[in-house]
Amino acid sequence: MVDIQEKLKEIGPFVPGAEDDLLICRCEEVTKGEIRKAVHEGIFTVEEMRRYLRNGMGLCQGQTCGRLVKGIMARELKVRPAEIEPATARAPMRPIEMRILAEDGGDRE
Amino acid sequence: MKMTADVIIIGGGINGCAAAYYLAKSGITGVLVLEADNSIGHGGSSRNGGGVRQSGRDVRELPYAMYAVNNMWPTLSEELGVDVEYYQKGNLRLGKTEAHLAKLETLASNARNLGLDMKVIDGKEVKEICPHLSDDIIGASWCPTDGHANPMKATLAFYKRSLELGVHYITGAKVIKLQKVKGKARKVVLSSGEVFEGETIILAAGYESRFIARTVGIDVPMTKFFEECLVTEMQPQMFDIMLGTADADFYGHQAQHGSFVFGSDSGLEESIDKPFEDLRTTSITASAGCRAIIGYIPKLADAKVVRTWGGWCDLCYDGVPVIDRVEEVPGLILACGFTGHGFGTGPAVGLMLSQMVAGEETVVDISALRYDRFRSEK
Ligand SMILES: Cc1cc2nc3c(=O)[nH]c(=O)nc-3n(C[C@H](O)[C@H](O)[C@H](O)COP(=O)(O)OP(=O)(O)OC[C@H]3O[C@@H](n4cnc5c(N)ncnc54)[C@H](O)[C@@H]3O)c2cc1C
Repeated sequence: MVDIQEKLKEIGPFVPGAEDDLLICRCEEVTKGEIRKAVHEGIFTVEEMRRYLRNGMGLCQGQTCGRLVKGIMARELKVRPAEIEPATARAPMRPIEMRILAEDGGDRE
Repeated sequence: MKMTADVIIIGGGINGCAAAYYLAKSGITGVLVLEADNSIGHGGSSRNGGGVRQSGRDVRELPYAMYAVNNMWPTLSEELGVDVEYYQKGNLRLGKTEAHLAKLETLASNARNLGLDMKVIDGKEVKEICPHLSDDIIGASWCPTDGHANPMKATLAFYKRSLELGVHYITGAKVIKLQKVKGKARKVVLSSGEVFEGETIILAAGYESRFIARTVGIDVPMTKFFEECLVTEMQPQMFDIMLGTADADFYGHQAQHGSFVFGSDSGLEESIDKPFEDLRTTSITASAGCRAIIGYIPKLADAKVVRTWGGWCDLCYDGVPVIDRVEEVPGLILACGFTGHGFGTGPAVGLMLSQMVAGEETVVDISALRYDRFRSEK
């Protein structure tokens, strides 16, 4: 159970950092500062963060930045990275053209 | 952790978060939202197709769908301080056959009878609105005031703003039952054993509301239905309208960042039998969706699908939700059974729930959504 208001108090206000302009998600161009700031707005899970900022929602689906995001969120939330649940992997494994996906399992004249 | 609140809201979806926001905005402090998952918006609210639609709605819910479109969605981003990407550029429901057009004509004339601007247009007019569609399309229904928004951000926007106004949220808090005290709903019991107490309890936990309501003797006739979506990689800007078809084989829009988001089905959904926690997509629905989509928007044949997902819909027996105070259980307000179209109405429902708590009249009359409206059919 997490009491969001209590946790927000515990982690204190957002303090700008030197690396805030660093690009973390290259597909969707999300910076470290944006991720850090969102945590202080109550975005505590990777699932919420992806929806809020679109990190990990582009072509590579977070394969590059997933671990970095976890690390940044963990530091901001003052927990170990292992305590941050990773994002759900979703089909398809690789981006696939609609034309090709459409061929699976249907009778298309 | 404070264990008492003026208002306890069960479920951190768009309806719960919007209710929390409007309560806080109206000055009611001491609002607590209990969300079972670790993430706010884990349910349908963040998984839906983003349609903010009035067309096709039942007469019992059209008034508040229209209220949301006319008075709330256009200023929501500004009000909440998060861009919810609301576009009000109209909704085309496409047809390829005369039978389709007949269906659309019925839909449009029903809507007009209810005071909604909607008409059937021919293939040429369709092309003028959206030049990227298939030449096979011979007409469409057109509702110029429909639109779409970003569901991933809308729910979190209500959450974020209500946090700023002091609303308390507890995640990982799964409610298992309610208990009355002196004949009034008061105690909210979690699976972990904690007990919260509230003067008023709003139950907005999607399909799971059914199990919780039952613990105080109330049953809402709902079934659950698994619905799926897919999203493509970014595409060049093509259109800003909402699209659907007369056959309802897919619907969708191009999101602000360029991806196309489509909802579709395989037709076998009725028979899906899997645990509620299992949110994995089936192996057949996205393919069926792609076939339908390419048939209407051939230009997207080479667009790559990057992700699919699904979510449960709480289908109410008669197609519209239950939003009501429960007479037998004073202090309990139900808001469930949104039947697969409760995103677009979320802001209005949240506002009306806050008004019900305050004992005010709701912005539009929703007495047709009573919990005790269900009668034997035989
Ligand atoms: C794939 C899909 C596409 C859709 N497309 C559209 C669309 O285009 N337009 C539209 O208007 N609508 C659409 N909908 C429907 C819309 O998403 C829902 O009607 C709406 O989100 C309902 O919001 P809610 O807040 O009532 O429920 P939910 O979003 O389901 O929220 C309920 C919350 O309660 C929590 N909860 C459950 N049980 C408990 C418990 N025991 N204790 C505590 N918390 C609990 C859940 O975790 C969840 O977060 C779609 C739905 C799906 C699944």
